Amino acid sequence: MIARFVSLLFDGFAYGMLLFVLSVGLSVTLGMMNFVNLAHGTFAMIGGYVTVTLMRQAGWPFFATLPVAFIAAAAASVVLERVLYRRLYRATDLDQSLLTIGIVFMSIAIAAYLFGTNQQPVQLPSYLTGRIAYGDFNFGVYRLFLVAAALAITAILVLGLEYTRFGARVRACVDNQRMARGLGLNVDGVFMATFALGSGLAGLGGALAIEPMGLDPNFAFKYLVYMLIVVAVGGLASIRGAFVTAALLGVIDIFSKYYVPEVGAFVLYLVMVGLLIWRPAGLFARR
Amino acid sequence: MRKVLAGLGGLAAATLFGLAPVQAQDNTIKIGLIMSYSGQFGDLGTMMDAGAQLYMKEHGDTVAGKKIVLVRKDSGAAGTAPDVAKRLAQELIVRDKVDIIAGFSLTPDALASADVFTESKKVAVIMNAATAIITTKSPYFTRTSIPLPQAITALGKWAVTKNGSKQAFTMVTNYGPGIDTETAFQSGFKEAGGQIVGSVRFPVQNPDFSAFAQQLKDSKADSAFIFVPGGEQPAALGKALAEHGVSPKVMKIYSSGELVGDEPLKSMGESALGIISGWHYSWTHNSPENATFVKGIREILKGRNPDQFTVSGYDGMALIYKALEKTGGKADGDTLIAAMKGMSWMSPRGPISIDPETRDIIQTVYFRRVENVNGNIQNVEFDKLENVKDPVKEAMKAAGKLNPDGTAK
Repeated sequence: MIARFVSLLFDGFAYGMLLFVLSVGLSVTLGMMNFVNLAHGTFAMIGGYVTVTLMRQAGWPFFATLPVAFIAAAAASVVLERVLYRRLYRATDLDQSLLTIGIVFMSIAIAAYLFGTNQQPVQLPSYLTGRIAYGDFNFGVYRLFLVAAALAITAILVLGLEYTRFGARVRACVDNQRMARGLGLNVDGVFMATFALGSGLAGLGGALAIEPMGLDPNFAFKYLVYMLIVVAVGGLASIRGAFVTAALLGVIDIFSKYYVPEVGAFVLYLVMVGLLIWRPAGLFARR
Repeated sequence: MRKVLAGLGGLAAATLFGLAPVQAQDNTIKIGLIMSYSGQFGDLGTMMDAGAQLYMKEHGDTVAGKKIVLVRKDSGAAGTAPDVAKRLAQELIVRDKVDIIAGFSLTPDALASADVFTESKKVAVIMNAATAIITTKSPYFTRTSIPLPQAITALGKWAVTKNGSKQAFTMVTNYGPGIDTETAFQSGFKEAGGQIVGSVRFPVQNPDFSAFAQQLKDSKADSAFIFVPGGEQPAALGKALAEHGVSPKVMKIYSSGELVGDEPLKSMGESALGIISGWHYSWTHNSPENATFVKGIREILKGRNPDQFTVSGYDGMALIYKALEKTGGKADGDTLIAAMKGMSWMSPRGPISIDPETRDIIQTVYFRRVENVNGNIQNVEFDKLENVKDPVKEAMKAAGKLNPDGTAK
């Protein structure tokens, strides 16, 4: 009984961490920069396809592809930021939504053209698959890896944004652009770097998500709802909020699907509605 | 003589001035293809279309003196927006003046369009949508894919009588075809004397299956039946099972063809070994027809293997070609559907025919096991049941609920 409870708790937490690695970048671009970046999934997909291509065509090991996935997505985002996004920093939410949703549809078509419409399976090294079991206790190895990756990302982000000079600049530019500019900060540059960071995280999340979630051209769109839920419920601009929310939603989702499978799929959304009524700005809102 | 010459002159002039299409109008047969070429089910469209392309490549684009022209329409967000498929069917018939319609990725698309075909008297060849009752909704529907219960009821019976299963737990996706397979497996299993100890239905959007894998493990059943649609879910589910120690080594696992398709198998690897499926097609099927078919599809799809969607697309075109040959190129609904009834031929999947009473396909159900063949993880056929009809419509017929033209009363 205890064992089953612990196993479910672990599965839920690991699922939450998967949602977290997918969404944390959005918490940076949408949350901190206040840009309605619905194309977050596109950057995640870029990371995914980079990993798949390097592993299949070039025979790279899985771990070696992860930094490249981050860099590729970040680089692609810099191009888009310079060409398109920056023009709309002061535009309305609707304009931003229209631009980014257009990018999503175009990226889906491009991915289908380049890679085909089929799923892109990856074969992970054997030390990342399988499970560790003690009696009824049961832990998937890849899930353990996801939890570790999510904790590492959280630690780096929280420390980096709160205790480094770069972090201070980002917070200054986001909180009060005019003042930051007046103090001689290169606001454009900081925004570009922040956007690249958020998109790079998306790319990394996309690469990590191939194993549990698969990868096809529709990836850019398929998980957008989950990403938005995590960011909205967590509170914009809060890495901690995204972490706690993702963990909470993952656990609730797994428990409700196990104990009340008839309505299991809805519980997640009910909880979301409840939390947003209780705290409209999100659990850990800064403003 | 003078008239003939004048006619020839006119024809030459028409050709010269680019008016040929007007002349050719009487001599073409237009086939509208409604498939999901994009969106979540975009790959279904790719695979079905490749089958249709290959048949036309092998047999030319002229049949009974008529040129075959394809008009492709993307039902995009198929399944989530069946009204799109219906609108496309109307447009194809009214504006593009097509003679025949084929395709249909998902059940809701076909169901929503049924009335359009009944009213316009156009034949519609279903190349995938697999819920049993679809063909009872219009007398102009026929199907070259599979009514799901055909394979799955047979699989349920076979599990008890030939494979020693006693207690089963069923897990299906919570939508039309999923529920179809749940009913089919359970009825076959119980009819043969087995016991169903539990069941669960997954939401259609479900990125994590661990809760359901845990339920299966806790059920202590000796067998499981699993149905998930294609896409990313088969692999996700397979991995969740492996992570919870549920494998064919400790439990008999049965499924339809989706769970053990090429890509899920690549992704699941060794943990898929031993999964048994009841299905109508695998590219590993051993026959000269299939060898040619697989080779042709690999050329079109740059190395990918055909799957159930591809073979249905291929046979859909085969059925249209053969029926047109029989009618001498007449494509009106009543003549054509009459010619299709009872048609039988050799498909890459084996012998198939169109049931004259229900207009649905009659075919062989193969029982396959996932095995490691020289390092490749693939399905191996080891038993079969020939000439299987759709048990759902057989039951309707026995209960007097079916009209002579195969529609529901």
